[in-house]
Amino acid sequence: MTEDATMRGKAAIVGIGETTYYKRGQSPDPEVKLVLDAIQLAADDAGIDVRDIDGFAAYANDRNDPPRLSTALGIKDLTFSNMVWGGGGGGGSGAVANAVAAVVAGYSKYVVVYRGLAQGQFGRFGQGADIPVAPGAMAFTAPYGLLSPAQSFAMRIRRFMHEHGAEQSALRAISLATYRHAQSNPRAVMYGRELTEEMYDNSRMIVEPFHLFDCCQENDGAAALIVTSAERAKDMKQKPAWVLSAAQGSDYRQAATAHNSPDYATSNFKTLAPRLYAMAGVGPEDVDVLQSYENFTGGVLMSIVEHGFCEPDEVNDFFTLENFSAPDGKLPLNTSGGNLAECYMHGLELVHEAVRQVRGESTCQVPDVNVSMVTSGPMVQPVSDLILAADRGVDA
Amino acid sequence: MSAETGTYLPEGLPRPGPAIDGLGAEFWEAAKRHELVVQQCRACEGFQWGPEWICYQCHSYDLTYTQVSGHGIIYSWERVWHPVHPALQEATPYLVVLVELPDAGNVRMAGNLLGDRTQDVVIGAEVEVAFEDKGEGEGDEAYTLVQWRVVE
Ligand SMILES: [Zn+2]
Repeated sequence: MTEDATMRGKAAIVGIGETTYYKRGQSPDPEVKLVLDAIQLAADDAGIDVRDIDGFAAYANDRNDPPRLSTALGIKDLTFSNMVWGGGGGGGSGAVANAVAAVVAGYSKYVVVYRGLAQGQFGRFGQGADIPVAPGAMAFTAPYGLLSPAQSFAMRIRRFMHEHGAEQSALRAISLATYRHAQSNPRAVMYGRELTEEMYDNSRMIVEPFHLFDCCQENDGAAALIVTSAERAKDMKQKPAWVLSAAQGSDYRQAATAHNSPDYATSNFKTLAPRLYAMAGVGPEDVDVLQSYENFTGGVLMSIVEHGFCEPDEVNDFFTLENFSAPDGKLPLNTSGGNLAECYMHGLELVHEAVRQVRGESTCQVPDVNVSMVTSGPMVQPVSDLILAADRGVDA
Repeated sequence: MSAETGTYLPEGLPRPGPAIDGLGAEFWEAAKRHELVVQQCRACEGFQWGPEWICYQCHSYDLTYTQVSGHGIIYSWERVWHPVHPALQEATPYLVVLVELPDAGNVRMAGNLLGDRTQDVVIGAEVEVAFEDKGEGEGDEAYTLVQWRVVE
């Protein structure tokens, strides 16, 4: 891949903003107000007037559309409005990729990537739809009590565990590490709520093999970040988090209905991960810290394998609390607490944490971070990834 | 078995229906006749599931539904403990299996594994189809689910 064919080093994340993170139903503000707030905070962090934002990129069918937001904020010229298709958090890094594309193509100066989600106001992801008829693809699952994301994904994880002999302890290590990191993060909803091995083992079963602590939270809040060009990023208020690569992807027929994707025991990163690394010019051995989207711990398990950090048959050895703990584990993981313990901001909070690691501002800072990576939305279609770095990686 | 109805899961869950564009209607009509069918391409004879308006292998639109034996192999499974629907509050735990159909190109179907809800489930075990009539039994309200039981 030639340098011209990539986005590497051509844009950066220069501002991050997020509201207070609430448990589901506890936000005092309506969802759209949370989004407006997060966007303004991101602009402040970037040191720009919020009216200078001219592009909007979102994902997961966000209810808060750019026409409304840009009107409410008095945006002078809306140059780019964009959505990554698909539910789940699979578009979290993909929305950043689209923002970068808009900046590199010259459409926009400052693109805001945002996600607002008030599950207390618009319905919970963890509940099955109470509807009389399940039409189409849903008919092959819902009447059998296969209704929620946890139930849908447990089936894939069970198959992976069967094929590779993965044990419950591998899932537990992910949960323990995220909760450990949340104890240093005052923003985290689970701040002050330590999780021990014993608590995990004794926690109630949601759907085998998932205990309660294998499942993400349901929250209210909003997060936003600002992407701009390399030229602008160099002279701004914050240390730039350079985008080395960002992309979305989905393997062969992964959206086949009724659980018929040909490759089933997968997080859906097998084709994307090599593309991502090639564009960035780095490999898994170069990654200093990883934020990996936890809808469920099992998704993280397969994501880490498919990004080349560990062989599938070695997960029982590699997946330990020690290896995943900041600052000096082999692969510090979800250092803000992530979807499990910081906030389920549909994974955009993971991008924020990746930026903080590049800036040196994490509450669980890994020393001397250069390469800071995010994987977004395992087991959905499409999924996406992001590699940020402190070094721009090209001649400046 | 649910004490009230004799079905594996109680009434009150969403009942199956075709897509708004009609896709999948033949499957549920066949189930009511206690026949298991899978979508098959007339041009290349390939099976596909779930149904689609085009054959993913040869791109023919000439698709039909072919009756298959109802013999299957457990590919994956789960035991649900936390109810996420009002109808399931008293119905946990229950078992959902993902079954491969060897005589239909190894397409997969999800359903409940009938019998003891606490049974050990073995990936690779042989199962056979079991049709479960549900609903009010009158007109459009009646429907039939495609369920599975272990071959003894
Ligand atoms: Zn065909």
